[in-house]
Amino acid sequence: MTETKKEEITKYIVISSDKVLPSDAAMKIYESEFPVTVKETCFGLIVSGAKDDVETLVEKIRQLDKNHIFVKDRGFPPGDERRCRASRGGGPRPGFHFLREEVEMLPAIGAALDELEEKECLMEKSKTKCRLKTSDLEKVIEEELAR
Amino acid sequence: MAKVFIYPINSLILADLVERFGHKPLTMMSQIRGKVTSLSLDSPPINITPEDPKLGLKYAAIEVPAGVRGRMSLIGPLIEQTEAAIIVENPPTDFGCVGCNRTNELTKYLVRSKGVPVLEVKYPESDEEARDFVNEIVAFLESLPKEKPEDEKVEEKESAEKEDKK
Repeated sequence: MTETKKEEITKYIVISSDKVLPSDAAMKIYESEFPVTVKETCFGLIVSGAKDDVETLVEKIRQLDKNHIFVKDRGFPPGDERRCRASRGGGPRPGFHFLREEVEMLPAIGAALDELEEKECLMEKSKTKCRLKTSDLEKVIEEELAR
Repeated sequence: MAKVFIYPINSLILADLVERFGHKPLTMMSQIRGKVTSLSLDSPPINITPEDPKLGLKYAAIEVPAGVRGRMSLIGPLIEQTEAAIIVENPPTDFGCVGCNRTNELTKYLVRSKGVPVLEVKYPESDEEARDFVNEIVAFLESLPKEKPEDEKVEEKESAEKEDKK
């Protein structure tokens, strides 16, 4: 009987958060015990593995700070000889310049997403007036302390 | 879920926003993955084979440089699937493998002439511009249909039934 090979994908997780470090996200992935390959980089992580596993994990990591963690696909697997700096004699790998330019813009994009979320919350709250929940208050305090 | 074409075609911000708001981004990365992980690849450093410029003839004439046709062999199939598009004008990163201006012009022309909803925004350079940029994109994405149209659902059901019969 032939075993069908699952589709393997690779994703970049770019972290632009004040609360989550790439190492925290990597630890979270190790804890999850999914059979994926994780590479920690200066901007975040590269995760590679079976499509379902990677997508589940990426969603979990995104929830750590959803407006400040960004995800995109990557064509080449991590450590691929055609892209890896180790086999190309150093220097930034092709594609890094573009990512670096976009990473500079991520704090502003994250702040814009935060604002959008706040607006939506306000609109929902204005519909249903209620007291501030203790869990919400805790979140506000945690966010303030994390700054 | 709509298939949304993004320009720049390998943008992290656009791909993330499209996925975040429940649609499928059509990106260069998925095309590249198909190329570099397929077993038919003969020589590791080469991911565009001599066959690709020939495929690109569907989108660009023979006089057009082979580089444009090679790129179009990857981008063209994405344009064919496009149901909506987000085009960012003046991205500061139009260099490297996405820096071919003729390919970019042709890509944008083909997307615009396809008749799908297109959002054109300027690349943000400040926090305020970033806010407007995100708001415009989110409003556009929310205006797109979240579910597949009824016709497609019927087609899918029919094809599934056919497969079952086989």
